[in-house]
Amino acid sequence: MSEGEKVVKLLGAWPSPFVMRPRIALNIKSASYEFLEETLGSKSQLLLQSNPVHKKIPVLIHGDKPVCESLIIVEYVDQVFSSGPSILPSDPYDRSVARFWAAYLDDKWFPAMKAIAGAKGDEEGKALIQQLGEGLALMESAYHNISKGKPFFGGDRVGYLDIAFGCFLGWLRVTESHIGLKLLDQTKTPGLAQWAETFCADDAVKPVMPETDKLSEFAKLLMAKTASN
Amino acid sequence: MAEQEVVLLDEWLSMFGSRARIALAEKGIKYEYREEDLSNKSPLLLQMNPIHKKIPVLIRKGEPICESLIIVEYIDEVWKETAPLLPSDPYLRAQARFWADFVNKKVGDVGGRIWAGKKEEHEEAKKEIIENLKQLEETLGDKTFFGGETFGFVDIALVPFSPWFYTYEALCNFKVETHCPKLISWAHRCIQRQSVSKSLAAEKEIYDFVIDFRKKSQLD
Repeated sequence: MSEGEKVVKLLGAWPSPFVMRPRIALNIKSASYEFLEETLGSKSQLLLQSNPVHKKIPVLIHGDKPVCESLIIVEYVDQVFSSGPSILPSDPYDRSVARFWAAYLDDKWFPAMKAIAGAKGDEEGKALIQQLGEGLALMESAYHNISKGKPFFGGDRVGYLDIAFGCFLGWLRVTESHIGLKLLDQTKTPGLAQWAETFCADDAVKPVMPETDKLSEFAKLLMAKTASN
Repeated sequence: MAEQEVVLLDEWLSMFGSRARIALAEKGIKYEYREEDLSNKSPLLLQMNPIHKKIPVLIRKGEPICESLIIVEYIDEVWKETAPLLPSDPYLRAQARFWADFVNKKVGDVGGRIWAGKKEEHEEAKKEIIENLKQLEETLGDKTFFGGETFGFVDIALVPFSPWFYTYEALCNFKVETHCPKLISWAHRCIQRQSVSKSLAAEKEIYDFVIDFRKKSQLD
């Protein structure tokens, strides 16, 4: 059976930015897949079986083989569905730059954003918001250097770094309304403001980008659940 | 810098630096090694890695590549004719990346809590690192290397931690070999390769550095 014929399943949840990444990648490749939604607070047998090490979503199951970790899944999808548009840049240096920024977002930037909700006191909250703002300034600069005047980090099309960063836009909007401050906007980050609009309107992204209102409701639910545990 | 096409900013004891050294050696690439004093970072390092200010940094044609595993992948992609470090099969590639990432999160981070962490944290960190090494032992199984018969990406990600075992063991009072004999044999096999033996710091040197560091930082 050819790679294109094997069944693709994706274990995930609609609010998760990490789950959004492989969904965008699969959409770019026009690859059909079965989306198996996990319920908040419980992990399905299939999830525990396919990702016994981390027990986390997303998990891509291609045929009968599981692939875990969102960015690893994106690279896998790019390689396997080779007839569709490329997601990773073709030049090794450009690839290393894209991977560098994706790692920065996952290791430093997003954890700071997550921590704001649980920040103890003004001091800690302020420091995290500052970190977030500084990170966005870095991404604005990176955007100008990497896109070289084109709409996306990936150039004319949505690419790896667009996916890695763009998946956080929904939660960024939720955070901004929570703190009452815009961090990514026309004045502070004009390049990214335009990019965000273009990214969210893209055909591969629109169907899987959750509405900010729905995410806010979900965030409240999550906080209530965490508080009661 | 024009004379040398490839420069590595590094620090000999760093496991992350070792990864880059091993990859370069596997490919037979000539490069200029520059030792950084991390308490007094060079202007070049600060210029080439302004975000993290960390080593290793590979500089090629004046352009920096940062983060050890990203460097190893870059090296594999540029010098693709010799000694492939990652499998060509997409699924096996994904597996290799998964386990290298596991090493970073579950050995690197936890190991850091041992050598640079307070004594009170050691009991917890010890339990975790043993569990994580056992997971790696299970993944290795009876294979020669993590990828099978060929030395590759996951081996490169993990082997630089093997000279650090001596320090973890001394600080936490346990022996990796008791729990993970296959990993120890695997490490010995890796060290038979010149690319590895020439790239790893000595366990005694690491131990002395850590003891000195712990004294200065009053961690014990």
